Amino acid sequence: MITTENLTKRFGDNVAVDRLTLQIAEGKVFGFLGPNGAGKTTTVRMLTSLIAPTNGRATILGYEVGKDDQNIRRNVGILTETPGMYDRLTAERNLSIYAQLYEVRDVAGQVEKYLRMLGLWERRHDAVGTFSKGMRQKLAIARSLLHEPRVVFLDEPTSGLDPEAAKLVRDFIAELKGEGRTIFICTHNLDEADRLCDRVAVFKTQLRVVDTPQGLRKQMYGRQVVFHLAETAVGWETAVANLPFIKRTQTVDNKLILSLDDPETHNPDIIRLLVNQGAAIQFVGELRHSLEDVYLQLVQER
Amino acid sequence: MDKIKTIVFKEWAEVFKNRLVLFTVIFLPLIMVALPLGTLAAMGNWNDELSQTSNDVPDEFFGELCEGLSEMDCAQVYMLDLFTLMLMILPVTIPVTIAAYSIVGEKTSHSLEPLLATPITTGELVMGKTIAAVIPAIAATWLSFAIYLVGARLMVTDTIFAYLVDPLWLIAIFVDSPLLTLMSVAIALMVSSRVSDPRVAEQLSAVVVLPLIMLIVGQSVGFILIDQTIIMILGVVVGVLDVVLLYFSVKVFQRETILTRWK
Repeated sequence: MITTENLTKRFGDNVAVDRLTLQIAEGKVFGFLGPNGAGKTTTVRMLTSLIAPTNGRATILGYEVGKDDQNIRRNVGILTETPGMYDRLTAERNLSIYAQLYEVRDVAGQVEKYLRMLGLWERRHDAVGTFSKGMRQKLAIARSLLHEPRVVFLDEPTSGLDPEAAKLVRDFIAELKGEGRTIFICTHNLDEADRLCDRVAVFKTQLRVVDTPQGLRKQMYGRQVVFHLAETAVGWETAVANLPFIKRTQTVDNKLILSLDDPETHNPDIIRLLVNQGAAIQFVGELRHSLEDVYLQLVQER
Repeated sequence: MDKIKTIVFKEWAEVFKNRLVLFTVIFLPLIMVALPLGTLAAMGNWNDELSQTSNDVPDEFFGELCEGLSEMDCAQVYMLDLFTLMLMILPVTIPVTIAAYSIVGEKTSHSLEPLLATPITTGELVMGKTIAAVIPAIAATWLSFAIYLVGARLMVTDTIFAYLVDPLWLIAIFVDSPLLTLMSVAIALMVSSRVSDPRVAEQLSAVVVLPLIMLIVGQSVGFILIDQTIIMILGVVVGVLDVVLLYFSVKVFQRETILTRWK
């Protein structure tokens, strides 16, 4: 569906994207995470045939970037980072122009479909210049989908939106996923990536890591279980440290934190041991690191 | 072809809602028509003074222009020639304003990137923007010339009016003007592909009007007398320039440069 092999982009002496190799399967939502200036937008521009790679190769739906650019543009939708519209024209006119440029057969039908789907039908005759940021973003998303692309690139789709508008956009992306489209999202919103993406990549000029959000957590922290005790946990780590399946122990106040691969199998043994030795366990839970923790650690450590 | 049409109508819908552009397209032709007609009307009341003025001007100044004419008629023909020449400023200035906003405007409003992401070719895009700037300019010029002719017909004698509809000026308005418009648009598109402020694009592109101003000044001070040969040469030179400039306006429009170097 989307493949890149050593995809590289240089601007003079600056390397914006360095030997990016990726494979994204059809129908998946792929999160592309990285700090500002990491080269995310440059990557999206290369993959949508807006700019040419300096080296390497990329194919979208089997079409090669730099060789089949018109076919790529016909089959790909893009929500740019700052999605400009024609402010003096109505929402309906804005979409009609793009539907015509994308060679859509039923222009009026497609425009109506997406204006209704994104809750903008009632405002179709209003100039876009009067729209709120959320409405503009929704209109820009509609624009990127008018030609029913199989691959959609969304660059910061919820950036600057209020929580309600952001949720609406996220729900819409989830709907698109349900339709079997391949979605490539550049985002800073790690919670959003966690919720929407099947796989995420952390990128800073070079690809740092790519995995499922769950897989990334596991790679970074393993699985961790927290035992909340009635009194301080200091000293209790020695009681369990010799168990063969315990990888690491840590105490914080009255919390005993244990790293292990298979808590479902081993938790009963640990609980039994602690109780037998007199620990007063109040409750047990799995410590779930946010994707943000993983991301920050990856971006900072290299 | 459909995409070119879409771009043309999009440009018109967008650009003609811009007050500055609208002002240039409407106000400038109004002035260029009102000025000669007002002068002609005033000349009727200044006959004696003008006769005196023309008496002061040596015969060599008008040259062949005044053959078979009275001094008063000669002065009127001279004035009309000058104003018709000034009318040719319209096809150069109007499209500059439209075209200057055309690409830089898209960039500043961040609408160029999604536009370039569609399956439109650079040729189609440049062609659409060119046509969108050329047609209003030519229409405004021809309409202005028509109003000018009708007004002049009511104020001058048959002999003088015949000078106004001389093939010289018909070629100038109906052949040279469209060619000048094309040249002006091609230059404006090239400039606006390279700069990031619509006003800078407009000011740089406005340099195109300078050769025309030199012709007007040359004629008004008697340095040259515009005749059919000059108008024909102008047409051929501008026609050749058009081909070269239009080719380069497509070449200069580098999608990647425009997207990545503009701030």
